[in-house]
Amino acid sequence: MLADTDVPPVVEMRGITIRFPGVLALDHVDFFLRPGEVHSLMGENGAGKSTLIKALTGVYQIDSGTIAVDGQARRFETTADAQRAGISTVYQEVNLCSNLSVGENVMLGHEPRGRFGIDWNGVHREAERHLTSLGLELDTRSMLSSHSIAIQQLVAIARAMVLDCSVLILDEPTSSLDRGEVEQLFSVIRDLRDKGVAILFVSHFLEQVYEISDRITVLRNGQLVGEHLIDDLPRDALVTEMIGRELGDLAALSKNADREIDRTGTPVLRASGVSRRGVLQASDIDVYDGEVVGIAGLLGSGRTELVRMLYGADRADAGTIEVDGREARMHAPRHAIGHKIAFSSENRREEGVVADLTVAENMILGLQAQRGWLKPVPKAERDAIVAEYMDALGVRPADPTLPVGNLSGGNQQKVLLARWLATAPELLILDEPTRGIDVGAKADIQRKVAELSEQGLSVIFISSELEEVLRIAQRVVVMRDRGQIGTLDSSDVDIDALIDYIANSEEGSVTR
Amino acid sequence: MTAVETAQPERRTLTGALGTFTSRHAAVLPTIAAVAILIVLLVGAQMYFGNFLTARNMSALLLDNAYLMVLAVGMTFVIVTAGIDLSVGSVMAFTGIFGASLLASGVPLVIALPAMLVSGAAIGLLIGVLVQYFNVQPFIASLAGLFLGRGLAFVVSLSSIRVEDPALLWLQSTRFRLGDWYITPTGIIAIVAVVIGALVMHFTRFGRTVYAVGGSAQSARLMGLNVARTTVMVYVISGLCGGLAGLVLTAYSGAGYPRNGIGTELDVIAVVVIGGTLLTGGRGYVLGSMIGVFVYGTIKTIISFMGAEQSWTHIIVGGLLLLFIVVQRAIVARSERGS
Amino acid sequence: MKALTKHRLFWPATALITLLVVNTVANPNFAKVTVQDGQLYGNPINILRESAPLMLVALGMTIVIATRGIDLSVGAVMAVSGAVALTIIDRADDSNRVTVVAIAIVVAVLVALVLGVWNGFLVSVLGIQPIIATLVLMLAGRGAALLITDGFITTVNSDPLSYIASGYLLILPFAFFVWVAAVVIVGLVERRTALGMLTEAVGINPEASRLAGVRSRGIVWSAYVLSGTLAGIAGVIYASNIKAADANAAGYLIELYAILAVVLGGTSLMGGKFSIAGTVIGVLTVQALDSAILFLGVPPAQSPVFFAAVVILVVLLQSPRVHRWGRSLGSSVRRTPQEAPPEVDDDRDADRAENVQKEAVR
Repeated sequence: MLADTDVPPVVEMRGITIRFPGVLALDHVDFFLRPGEVHSLMGENGAGKSTLIKALTGVYQIDSGTIAVDGQARRFETTADAQRAGISTVYQEVNLCSNLSVGENVMLGHEPRGRFGIDWNGVHREAERHLTSLGLELDTRSMLSSHSIAIQQLVAIARAMVLDCSVLILDEPTSSLDRGEVEQLFSVIRDLRDKGVAILFVSHFLEQVYEISDRITVLRNGQLVGEHLIDDLPRDALVTEMIGRELGDLAALSKNADREIDRTGTPVLRASGVSRRGVLQASDIDVYDGEVVGIAGLLGSGRTELVRMLYGADRADAGTIEVDGREARMHAPRHAIGHKIAFSSENRREEGVVADLTVAENMILGLQAQRGWLKPVPKAERDAIVAEYMDALGVRPADPTLPVGNLSGGNQQKVLLARWLATAPELLILDEPTRGIDVGAKADIQRKVAELSEQGLSVIFISSELEEVLRIAQRVVVMRDRGQIGTLDSSDVDIDALIDYIANSEEGSVTR
Repeated sequence: MTAVETAQPERRTLTGALGTFTSRHAAVLPTIAAVAILIVLLVGAQMYFGNFLTARNMSALLLDNAYLMVLAVGMTFVIVTAGIDLSVGSVMAFTGIFGASLLASGVPLVIALPAMLVSGAAIGLLIGVLVQYFNVQPFIASLAGLFLGRGLAFVVSLSSIRVEDPALLWLQSTRFRLGDWYITPTGIIAIVAVVIGALVMHFTRFGRTVYAVGGSAQSARLMGLNVARTTVMVYVISGLCGGLAGLVLTAYSGAGYPRNGIGTELDVIAVVVIGGTLLTGGRGYVLGSMIGVFVYGTIKTIISFMGAEQSWTHIIVGGLLLLFIVVQRAIVARSERGS
Repeated sequence: MKALTKHRLFWPATALITLLVVNTVANPNFAKVTVQDGQLYGNPINILRESAPLMLVALGMTIVIATRGIDLSVGAVMAVSGAVALTIIDRADDSNRVTVVAIAIVVAVLVALVLGVWNGFLVSVLGIQPIIATLVLMLAGRGAALLITDGFITTVNSDPLSYIASGYLLILPFAFFVWVAAVVIVGLVERRTALGMLTEAVGINPEASRLAGVRSRGIVWSAYVLSGTLAGIAGVIYASNIKAADANAAGYLIELYAILAVVLGGTSLMGGKFSIAGTVIGVLTVQALDSAILFLGVPPAQSPVFFAAVVILVVLLQSPRVHRWGRSLGSSVRRTPQEAPPEVDDDRDADRAENVQKEAVR
């Protein structure tokens, strides 16, 4: 069912502007949502998707613009206001209370009440009715925490139904679901759409967007780029609108992938059968001197889980890890560091920088941790290291005494790179080092990785941008559904072949 | 659309029933443990002393710990929201001496009693507002309440004030008897507080919001629940209970004393935790806290039966507290691993 | 001038100086120092002398708070240490012998150290939240101290013991030198080695620090050991001052005064950056305030009302809401340029800050 543009929109947002200190998060954005359609909101990190959603759900206050629901102008001060207007949201991290029962989570705040307060039988009866209408059979008296994330997400949708919503917002609901669970979610979404609910869908997975959406709105840097019917917008056009430049803009960089690697000796690191129940299926990876091995796969494919186990940040249940041919025990990050392995997390703010410490302190933190607290890095050495990397990586502003939290994402990433390079590692694991940073910083980091690997450093490089992986890495480990599905030579594949490999080595899947 | 089967297949086996139980009622387990501890203590004491489980002794258990039970009710609300209230002991002291001085200056109980409750609730309100609207950590905000209550108690009077008011003394001296069992009006107040607390927690939307806030304040907010009002209210309730406990303790001791309740906040937190409430919030029962009070009281009675130092009470209760905290920690760690 | 007001110790120091000046103007005796037998006496000297227990406790608390922790058990540890020391002296044949007193002090401080080890174990190994972990000892510690003294207040007459709190070294009280030595030693260890920076890193972002290879367990553990040890020394000084071991009164509410002093000194309760100099200023402020209240003729028992007001004032000044009010007030007067803009890629920051807040509460 394809929604007709003539149907009057249930949500009309016009000229929405939201300003954060020093930043224009949304700049006169118009957005329309019609009943009976699935409408995807697309954009890179920082495009303003979340901000727009939060404006619509009353989490943020708009600075200017109008919001109308069912033709009536509204002003939402709290989430409850938005809910009363029929707008419900299901977030990526399930925002329910895991300490309460399924039934209570569905009905909380709307419990049927008898003469003596809440009528518990009524609560569970009602909850069950709503869950059944979504095709779910659950014990409503069981604790929410005893169910998988996927089920919890469906419970959240059932809750939205209780509120009798005419608008359902799904903010990255699929990022932690497996294929079967996504199917289940999609069948629920289609069902609701057919009942006339307007659905706003946000996902990073293009395949899913194309499978479920009727219409797409694209945002970039807080501005509206365009609204399209799904059939009018081919994928490459969508990607172009999202990132605002042709793919391969950075291709002018030397193609590191073509460099020959000598794989006759012992690999720097070889992992075989590394796995952990419910997190990662048995996966293999090996890296040789001076080689860059990319890991390609969607968010949630197990790529982060794999490298965290290689680094000892999480423990594996099974499998062996060999460093320079000798089996190594990786139970804590410092074991890996002892083997000259460094790891930069995808989660820059929470697992990377120490925000209140200065740039200089952040740069020497790894080295200092290695030496122990009794042997502080001497001032002269410290100044030399800091000066070297400030310059080599082009950290801006070039003031090492600033708290690192004041720097932009790209510069924080450079500081983290410096932290690890200062420890002179033999293997550097970079998880999404270029995510959410500007093009200039991205090119700097790619160039540095290529340069270091030429000098003999081994690198494991994870990126959501397949094109970037193919350009930098000589080999690519492909992962899907929490496990490795193969290893390819970069020179044998192009980006379409890689996408095809990731998406299509199994029949009847959600991905196209 | 086809129904997706997600429920466990119905199998009437022992493990199946156990699975259903743990998936539904895991939160009750600590409270059941508290009941078990209480039974072991009572039975053990009876076997050791032979004259422990007497009607007299058990009636005294409620009488002696009535003020603690009232405080525990309020503290349960606070801790279930993942907060903490260190002020209860000094609020009790302040309202107690305040009430005693009002009564001593001829104010009738019908006016003194509401004044005590309101002044307790007012300190609670102050703490709640600091926590909710000024992002002050609960233990710091309630620390201000602790200082304030204790200081005000000494402002009212530097020494104890005897209570002559017949109505107040009646609360303590009257004994409704059933055979050898008896209960005083103060005991009835404590039981009523527990019952009301339990009903509010279980059967009102406010009560359920208390649990939701403790589970995740952010989720609760996004679910459209009134988190701000709920957070402020739990501290007001705790303050109110502090006022009521002030009344009960003043009746019990026949005097207001500004040094009353020093360290009582720790006892209250301990009994609430021993009663099965998770200090990290989201789980707990008012009835469990009542069990916790009985465990505490029983330990105290056993120690006085043995003629040992009363200071053992705190050491043993501290040990029990540690045990419960470690077990809670293990349970939380396991559920974190599980998800 | 601007650099001066921006300095993190500017406001704490201003508060202390204002307090001292106002009191001196109101009552010149407040600042009166006399010389007697080549030794200094007077209210300012008293403040320096009486600061000792709070200073030691607050010093340890500063480091614990920097790790995102809190140590509620310091008062109870003081009680235990005092009880141990005085019981040993009391049972000795000659309570005036220096060796007896020395052994008693060493044993008492060692016991306190072990209690610190215990707290650190609960927090850093078992992963129990600090406020809860230290609550156990806060509850049980005084009970243990009472058992050690058999439920009585043990009083002793011992000259070497009395010297610690009341004696003079050169022209100033010995207790003053004790806390100055502690401040200098802790300051040197934290800032001349990398311990201070690593402690701050762990306090600001434990997970990032772990991934950077910092052995946070040892760092957090050592903070509690330090706190316990310093509380032990504070307990001995307290006992020496009253020449008795009073398990109920020793260190009563000191954890709260110590937290207040740390916060007054500009160290955030959220952990991370800490300032030892700030804590010194904070303790002197608390002590001066205490003394000022006494000068006003208010009974000491009522002083908590004043401290309640101070706590409320300080937390309000630190609260984001009040900052917003202040900013909107300031910007309506003069348009100030905004400081470093936050990153665009994170509109989830608000929620995250909230989580961090919640984390810290727990």
